[in-house]
Amino acid sequence: MSWPQFVTVTLNGLTLAALYFIVAIGFTLIFGVLRVVNLAHGSLYLFGGYLGWSVADRTGSWVLGAFAALLVTALAGLVLQLGLLQRIHGQELREALVTIGVSIVAADLMLARWGGFTYDFSPPKVITGGLRIPLLDVGYPRYRLFVLAFAIVLGLVVWFVLARTRLGIIVRAAIDDRDMVAAVGIDVQRLFALMFAIGAGLAGLAGVIGGSVLSISSGEDARYLLASLIVVIVGGMGSLPGTAVAAVLVALVEQYSLALFPTYAAIVSFLLMVVVLALRPQGLFGRPA
Amino acid sequence: MNVQEPRFSRRALLRRAGLFGLAASASALLAACAGQQATPTPAPPAASPTPAAVASPTAPPATPAAAPSPTITVGPAAGEIVIGILATLEGAFALYGEEAVRGVELAVAEFGGAIAGKKIRLVKESTDATPQVAREKARKLIEQDKVDCIVGPLSGDEGLALRDYAKTVPDKTIVNGTSAAQDTTLRDPAPNFFRFSTDGVQWMAGLGTYCYEVKGYRRVATLGEDYSYPYSQVAGFLLEFCRLGGDVVAQFWVPIGTKDYSSVITSMPSDIDAIYVILGGSDAVNFLKAYAEFGGKAALIGGSSTVDQNVLETKGPLRERVIGIPGAGPVAADNPDPAWQSWVETYRKQFPQGLSTPSLFCWGYYVNAKGLLLGLRAVNADLSDGQKKLQAALAKVEFDGPTGHIKLDKNRQAIANNFVTEVAEGPNGTLYNKLVKVVEGVNQTLGLPEDKYLSLGSFTRDNPTCQKIKQTFGS
Repeated sequence: MSWPQFVTVTLNGLTLAALYFIVAIGFTLIFGVLRVVNLAHGSLYLFGGYLGWSVADRTGSWVLGAFAALLVTALAGLVLQLGLLQRIHGQELREALVTIGVSIVAADLMLARWGGFTYDFSPPKVITGGLRIPLLDVGYPRYRLFVLAFAIVLGLVVWFVLARTRLGIIVRAAIDDRDMVAAVGIDVQRLFALMFAIGAGLAGLAGVIGGSVLSISSGEDARYLLASLIVVIVGGMGSLPGTAVAAVLVALVEQYSLALFPTYAAIVSFLLMVVVLALRPQGLFGRPA
Repeated sequence: MNVQEPRFSRRALLRRAGLFGLAASASALLAACAGQQATPTPAPPAASPTPAAVASPTAPPATPAAAPSPTITVGPAAGEIVIGILATLEGAFALYGEEAVRGVELAVAEFGGAIAGKKIRLVKESTDATPQVAREKARKLIEQDKVDCIVGPLSGDEGLALRDYAKTVPDKTIVNGTSAAQDTTLRDPAPNFFRFSTDGVQWMAGLGTYCYEVKGYRRVATLGEDYSYPYSQVAGFLLEFCRLGGDVVAQFWVPIGTKDYSSVITSMPSDIDAIYVILGGSDAVNFLKAYAEFGGKAALIGGSSTVDQNVLETKGPLRERVIGIPGAGPVAADNPDPAWQSWVETYRKQFPQGLSTPSLFCWGYYVNAKGLLLGLRAVNADLSDGQKKLQAALAKVEFDGPTGHIKLDKNRQAIANNFVTEVAEGPNGTLYNKLVKVVEGVNQTLGLPEDKYLSLGSFTRDNPTCQKIKQTFGS
């Protein structure tokens, strides 16, 4: 590997990691607080992407599309939690089956509405185009760097909220012991609904941000659910730093193997997961039960 | 006391989540491996459902099986012919599947929906483009829905799987959809599998010559998805390009469904004239996008599905990136042939929500369905003798389709015209494949001597090489 190639592939890995992180963070938050493995997470991603595209197409504003995706998928998440999941709370198998069911229905509904076409976003000119990176002396697409920056900011904001605010304290307490949180008089159901909405909204936002890196099309839902699962399982479910580290690990492994031996790239990221599960079943940052 | 039940343990959940992940990865791996083992051996009819079909909760959502509603009888009622359509109606290839169904419906409508007084009933079944599922769904169509014939499948590996399956049901007839792996009919063909569409090698006829002589490309790299159809496409391109004296510098094979091509693009050698790209659907879109973003310098050459009409109608700023890309395939959007023009007219009338011009998937399912219906008409829809009469008649069917004359060779494989094209922008801003050159009557060995051609062996990710082609045929 030559130096520019090494730099570029590493940057590819980091920017893909950013994308994985943005998608998986909602997934891990929902699991951390509600203990729901939301298998409809990929559908929320895809829905956000389609919706954001449609809004951006109508209004001509990519930013507006991203906001619309965030809000509407948050709302969809709220409906999913209050309408379906709240009733079967704590029954893991049913929760899994209901969310799978929702994802299947959603996939067909979205196929009916948006068809099998591929959708390609046009982000604002400020964040597109090429950029010459001064010290490393390689050219790199500006948008991918934007995604990296966005993920870092998002990670910091989530960290700040969790570490420094009252909501964060409650959330962390709920992750540790929900029964105690309920016992001290906090409305747990409201907290759950809020977290689900936030997690879902982030998935929808990721649909626009991620859809602009690659593209949006039918089938992406399953792909991003799988990516989120791998990242979250490797990192440890419910752990924010775990998600970040795992996203970087998974994406770097994927990109290096695509550059070095593309034919076997698909297998390598799963191997990573197998190794982590074998050595640390709770994930890198997960706490043992 | 406390909320809900306190019984869940973190460990159990982790284990379950892990299981989901593993099931998902297992099925993904199966799908990935499917590309490598080109010919799955036929399992006994009583084989259990494949893991890919049932194991994974995260696999692309299975379309609910077309359960017969109470008003529809299962199996052919008196005076009825039941034809199963096998196509990918879900996931990344969903749009292709839609086009496929349109193709069959066009052909059936042309015959007034009946043959020799027997009504034609269509049963649709969706696959996910993997050979395992294609096989299961074909079995479901034949055993449960009791169809007489199947039109399909859509993708390369599925075709190989159905060829093997066809051998286990000699009294049923399968005509291809658009699956285009060459070996489906070239090597070890099934007597009851017919392909009125041309294959992936034939679809490249004329492109290598055009790129060498007109475009002046000498050194190329190739990039394709790692399964049977792209193997055929790359081989088809190389067979012409290398014999003229062209060289292949590097070949890249990526797993199906690779979305992020940035690192592959970074690994491309810099001293090349062009990259030959054969990717499908949104993967092609992602590649084209990344290639533009990373400032790729070399020209691009498109395989038959890379710049197919489905890809050209991507919603968004694709257009600057694809205009001028040469490609080849069994259809050309602006073909002046009146037969094509009137077929496009019919397509637009019947499917106002369809594409601006029908894609090769619509064409493939159409010509195959049409061939089947002509065969049925020749025997007066008589299927009484284990379809022996029908199969004999099908082998002799010849007709003038929308793209010219089609007839079958001794392996029941089409000999038909092929088109070299270039992506262009139409007057109303739509993109289309502009006709550059017609190559007439392309057979399965591209007119090369059959014994030498067969000596090349099955096409795989590293066969044939440019050198081997030059040695075998002389450059």
